[in-house]
Amino acid sequence: MGLFQKLKQGLARTSNNIRSKIQSIFQPGALTDEFLDELEAVLIQADVGVEATTALIDSLREESRGKSFETVEDLYRTMAEEVAGIFASIDAPLKVAGQGPTVYTMVGVNGSGKTTTIAKLAHRYTSQNKKVVLAAADTFRAAAGDQLEVWAKRTGADLVRHSHGSDPGAVAFDAARAAIARKADLLLVDTAGRLHTKKNLMEELKKVIRVISREIPGAPHEVILVIDGTTGQNGLIQARVFARAVDITGLCITKLDGSSKGGIAVAIASELGIPVKLVGVGEQASDLRDFDARGFAHSLFGIDQVEC
Amino acid sequence: MAFESLASRLADTFKKLRGRGKLSEKDINQGLREVRLALLEADVNFKVVREFIANVRERCLDAEVLESLTPAQQVIKIVHQELISLLGGRTHPLDISGPPPAVIALYGLQGSGKTTTAGKLALQLKKSGRRVLLVSCDVYRPAAQKQLEVVAGMAGVSFFTLSDRVSPEVIAKKGVEKAVESAHNVVILDTAGRLQIDDEMMDEARRIKEATLPRERLLVVDAMTGQEACQVAEEFDRVVDITGVVLTKLDSDARGGAALSIAKVTGKPIKFASLGEKLEDFQVFHPDRMASRILGMGDVLTLIEKAEAAFDQQKVAQMEEKLRRKQFTLEDFMDQMKEVKKMGSFGDLIRMIPGFARAQVDVDFDPKELARVEAIINSMTPEERQNPDIISGSRRRRIARGSGTTVQEVNRLLKQFFQARKMLFQMGSSDKRLGRLRLF
Ligand SMILES: Nc1nc2c(ncn2[C@@H]2O[C@H](COP(=O)(O)OP(=O)(O)O)[C@@H](O)[C@H]2O)c(=O)[nH]1
Ligand SMILES: [Mg+2]
Repeated sequence: MGLFQKLKQGLARTSNNIRSKIQSIFQPGALTDEFLDELEAVLIQADVGVEATTALIDSLREESRGKSFETVEDLYRTMAEEVAGIFASIDAPLKVAGQGPTVYTMVGVNGSGKTTTIAKLAHRYTSQNKKVVLAAADTFRAAAGDQLEVWAKRTGADLVRHSHGSDPGAVAFDAARAAIARKADLLLVDTAGRLHTKKNLMEELKKVIRVISREIPGAPHEVILVIDGTTGQNGLIQARVFARAVDITGLCITKLDGSSKGGIAVAIASELGIPVKLVGVGEQASDLRDFDARGFAHSLFGIDQVEC
Repeated sequence: MAFESLASRLADTFKKLRGRGKLSEKDINQGLREVRLALLEADVNFKVVREFIANVRERCLDAEVLESLTPAQQVIKIVHQELISLLGGRTHPLDISGPPPAVIALYGLQGSGKTTTAGKLALQLKKSGRRVLLVSCDVYRPAAQKQLEVVAGMAGVSFFTLSDRVSPEVIAKKGVEKAVESAHNVVILDTAGRLQIDDEMMDEARRIKEATLPRERLLVVDAMTGQEACQVAEEFDRVVDITGVVLTKLDSDARGGAALSIAKVTGKPIKFASLGEKLEDFQVFHPDRMASRILGMGDVLTLIEKAEAAFDQQKVAQMEEKLRRKQFTLEDFMDQMKEVKKMGSFGDLIRMIPGFARAQVDVDFDPKELARVEAIINSMTPEERQNPDIISGSRRRRIARGSGTTVQEVNRLLKQFFQARKMLFQMGSSDKRLGRLRLF
């Protein structure tokens, strides 16, 4: 399936009725308030949030002064470009180490999709014949290590795990050592889900990251905040608090195969300047995509792209 | 912005309205606009908000409200009451009546917290004397069965599953049969996470229901869910006719507007609130508490009253002016601490304010520390107090010596000050209307 086809499958259902409504009130020419209100509805319902939505509508209003739009599609495209622009300005590919293992760490709240994203990354790199080590630094959740072990087997990655309840810092330490000793290309570190409101757990996370950077200079090369695409406005708070605790280099928005559009990423990108790097579109190892700002922005408005 | 809450907005809007006495329809609309924004920011679904506001407006236009001497409180009360009634009005018990075993099936999206909820529910039922069997019907997610087995062990209840090559509805059915044989009187079915738009998986959910006829079919929903909560709940309800909802991750700082969306579109009660990773962190759902949470108020109303009573109004005005000009010195900081001390425990109070509960700022200093803080600040030169950014390492050592404290203590105070200043300025620029709540 094409990159955003899967996304759109879900989108089609929800965005269709909004779109037809907009279509029915659209008149070529200048923008009416009625139209802008409907546009606001689209963005709010995509979880973009009140503030980012207002900013976007304001800039559209500004930009459209003296301009006229022939069709709804025209207008959507303008708006989508606006959204894509937010991401484009902060876009950065996944960083790769000059030498030694490249280290990516997944962090985030419970159930957001960290472990599955690790599995997907493992799949991506082992398929490229790279040597991958997984670190099971979620020693807290029941059977979290077993979950990662299944994925390690399926993807052909090595796994470093300790017993349940042990120190995640120690897992990170051993995994870093193992990655170096085994000349791994990649070390992917899974961490326990934690709510950003838990101060002690955020401290624990800092420690894991510290251990990694001490053992492998320059690492972790990416600290990815994994956010469930279904998340509402709390996603922005999560991003703020996680970014304050550790250096978040990018986001992975998961579950975009569902009907949610992941609009909170727009709010996060515009307020915090954190780029989206990855997108999860299913539960299988192959269901991971690099983020495509234009495709994402277009699907936010339910615009069909010829190829995406 | 970050620290806005309905409580502070309404306090402000209503202060203005109150000043004018009798309300007009326009005033009401003004106030309700704030309510609308707050609900949207709390993730209540757009359409649900629209309907909700329309209903509330009607009630607010009642002559009694318009002519009331305290219209602000009246409006808040109406909004709050409407929320509570939409959220189910009261607590709703689990229905495990009928011939045993009573079957409870848990459904939901991926990662919503079904497995943990299964364990929590099991523990609670066990404590009330039931013999519980936990059954894992999740044959998809790696180690999902294992996870439930571990959770069952932690809760001290029995566990059942079959190979992951057996279909979930068969596992569910065999689980119930097993419960009959072994005299378990409650069976909890943990099912795989599924998307409501995945027709195949939704059909499986229906087959599980048909195979076991669960008395309770609970939809487990993450409190952080956004606008799609409506679609999700509607579809699950359509397919398995849910009997109630469990709202999870309420130990986060999410406002949890999804609760309202779901209650509205399904008309089904929210039965439980899940509040942490420990199996004990599980409660009956209280609509009134949730209503306050969604509005970001509740205790904050008390706080405003308390603050109003405690603060020296003239100082408040001075302070507001200073913040507008982005001036905040260590002397102001000390003043604020003294004001706050009048109100009681600093940390507890401050955490009642929505933005502050989540701002991971170190506000936990003990009021008893005030004397030490005073000593430190008194050991500074007037210039240092006015412009703390100049306080270098050597100055810190001098101040520590002068005040009989340690450099660490001086550092800590300065850090607190800088954090407070940053926060105040952030709020200052984000919203000119927050008024007195800013002052802490
Ligand atoms: N549909 C869908 N499900 C996902 C996606 N990513 C993860 N999941 C599911 O979400 C649930 C939680 O994922 P997991 O990786 O265990 O989350 P963690 O707690 O953050 O490690 C599992 O059931 C996953 O299969 C995705 O992109 N799409
Ligand atoms: Mg995990």
